[in-house]
Amino acid sequence: MNPAMFPTGTLLVQAVLLVPAVAAALLALIPGYRITARLNVLASLLTLAAAAALFRERPETGLFLVVDDVNVVFIVLNAFVGFTTSVFSASYIAHELETGRLTPASVRFYHAMYQVLMGAMNLALVANNIGLMWVAVEMATLTTVVMVGIYRTHEALEAAWKYFILGSVGIGLALFGTIIVYLAAKNVVGEGLDAMAWTTLVGTAAALDPNLLNLAFLFLLLGYGTKIGLAPLHAWLPDAHAEGPTPISAVLSGLLLNVALFALLRFKMVMAGNPGALAPGPLMVTMGLSSLLFSAFMLYRRHDIKRMFAYSSIEHMGIITFAFGMGGALANFAGLLHMTMHSLTKSAIFFAVGHIAQVKGTQRIQEIRGLTESHPLLGWGLVLGVFAIAGMPPMGVFMSEFLVVSSTFARQPLLAVPLVAGLLLAFAALLMHLHGIAFGKAHGGTAPVHASYVPLFAHLGLVLTAGIFIPGPVVAWFQHVAALLR
Amino acid sequence: MDRLAFDVAHVLAGSLVLVSFMLLYQERMYALLNVFALQAVLLSLSVAWQAYLQDAPHLYVTAAIALGFKAIAIPVALRTIVQRLHIYRAIETVVGVGPTMLAGIALVTLSIGVMLPVTAEADVLAREDLAFALAVILLGLLMMVSRRNAVSQVVGFMSLENGLILAATGAKGMPLVVEISVAFSVLIAFIVIGIFLFRIRERFDTVDVQVVDSFRGGRP
Repeated sequence: MNPAMFPTGTLLVQAVLLVPAVAAALLALIPGYRITARLNVLASLLTLAAAAALFRERPETGLFLVVDDVNVVFIVLNAFVGFTTSVFSASYIAHELETGRLTPASVRFYHAMYQVLMGAMNLALVANNIGLMWVAVEMATLTTVVMVGIYRTHEALEAAWKYFILGSVGIGLALFGTIIVYLAAKNVVGEGLDAMAWTTLVGTAAALDPNLLNLAFLFLLLGYGTKIGLAPLHAWLPDAHAEGPTPISAVLSGLLLNVALFALLRFKMVMAGNPGALAPGPLMVTMGLSSLLFSAFMLYRRHDIKRMFAYSSIEHMGIITFAFGMGGALANFAGLLHMTMHSLTKSAIFFAVGHIAQVKGTQRIQEIRGLTESHPLLGWGLVLGVFAIAGMPPMGVFMSEFLVVSSTFARQPLLAVPLVAGLLLAFAALLMHLHGIAFGKAHGGTAPVHASYVPLFAHLGLVLTAGIFIPGPVVAWFQHVAALLR
Repeated sequence: MDRLAFDVAHVLAGSLVLVSFMLLYQERMYALLNVFALQAVLLSLSVAWQAYLQDAPHLYVTAAIALGFKAIAIPVALRTIVQRLHIYRAIETVVGVGPTMLAGIALVTLSIGVMLPVTAEADVLAREDLAFALAVILLGLLMMVSRRNAVSQVVGFMSLENGLILAATGAKGMPLVVEISVAFSVLIAFIVIGIFLFRIRERFDTVDVQVVDSFRGGRP
């Protein structure tokens, strides 16, 4: 093989896509839980290694794949959380097999689907072709749908069905938007693949027909917005999170929502490059704020612990969309930081919640009491996680929320009022629920737990570190990306 | 452009919208599936005509998928489900036929009103196609929200998707159309399998997991 024909960057980007694909095929064929769980972890680790190496070596931008300064952040975050979740998933699935909630056959299916999902998300992130990106997001949606329904209970199937219908409508609308973007580009760059390459679109954004772009962005916002879980398009999200296996809730919240947001950001960059087009900011700000406020109120009357954290995800996706909608270097920086912090924290919370639901045998908040007494390590892990997600200093989420709020105050003080109100409401709701869950007299199962604490505390440690000190190069990188996002 | 070519494309796209209206007022499952199959045949003709006009042989694949998969395979599969589950007349509408049709007319007006001015610079064929495609998409959405029953929701989704394929083929020279139609077919196949499982649960009308397990052939 001639090394010049296959430069390292190209090999790396292929690895990010092919490792999950090959692993999925292997996992579908190999029986036996122990081997497959390890193989799943190993494949995720390899993907992470390849993703991290993309920082150093980039492939040349092609018509189908691109790795640039923006998406490399998303890819690495994706691979990292994918890896830690696979570690958590191994111990979670072992318990599900013991209790008979999952059969060996469905575990095999689950592992294969996990890798397909990781591969699809990576493809959506590295795709330079907007059609290919759409196909990848659709594939990721499909795999999560079947995984949400994997328990085959009435509720799980209903949740999967709802997710399916709403998700399909969402991606249908996104495709219509994509077609209109192509139409706009076709008039400028001519027919063919070039008119669908995102790099060309950004380069020629100023020459595109603004009317077509406006129409397209509306459809894209509604379409990908459904996948992000923005209110009022969020109806699928709480059910899907509550009824699926917890590792999938972690990946859904931590990663898939980000991928959909990333798709929207790509188009926002095209819009921002066209002087005649509608400003995408106000639309995103409105949807972000309404998601934040809506979910802050919804957080109060939750009875299911996973459903509660699903609403918290809607809240945080709202904050992130709001920040990107505000735009500008500082707000974008805050949005990026918040996205990273939310991914890490929320998946850590789901790691804890997964084990909690297993030892207590229920997801009902009323029946989970005094966790710090019965399971100290797990209980305190959850307490730390909720402190972090509620935005208590010195955790990283506090830092990013502070940045969002202060940048809003500096530019649109009036908008900061509902933003802060939403944050405080959500904060109070989470702490109220947490108090009952974590403290007081222990209630429910007290069986010892075989939990994998490493991913949980690794994430929380990272979030804590980020709240206290972020290394200079990381800040510089995020600032650079924030400037690119406009 | 050739006048005839435009007229044929126009007639085909227009009849897709018309059939979307027909879907809105069907009251029986079999009739609904037949009308949907008719729409798929029309879509296939429309795509084939575009393939001929644009001299794009790969679009014939999309046309073939529309004909083989959506006009034949899926209606047959759904028909089996309807038969097995005895839901011949089970179309429950959320609102009456009258208001639904009025809403449909409003949606078609909206899509033509929105698309035609915006696409003033595009060529005539693409303009008309896109306006009709948006109408079909919105009518599909309307059908999904105005029906409660899972099978008719799926038919609504598939007619929405017909609109998307019409739009994709109307956008001249768009790459990946075939791939996208294949991706959609996979999606629909999944939906049909899903509907089957879902309906099984509904039939047993219980949350006992054991029932479905025994139905699946049993496991320890």
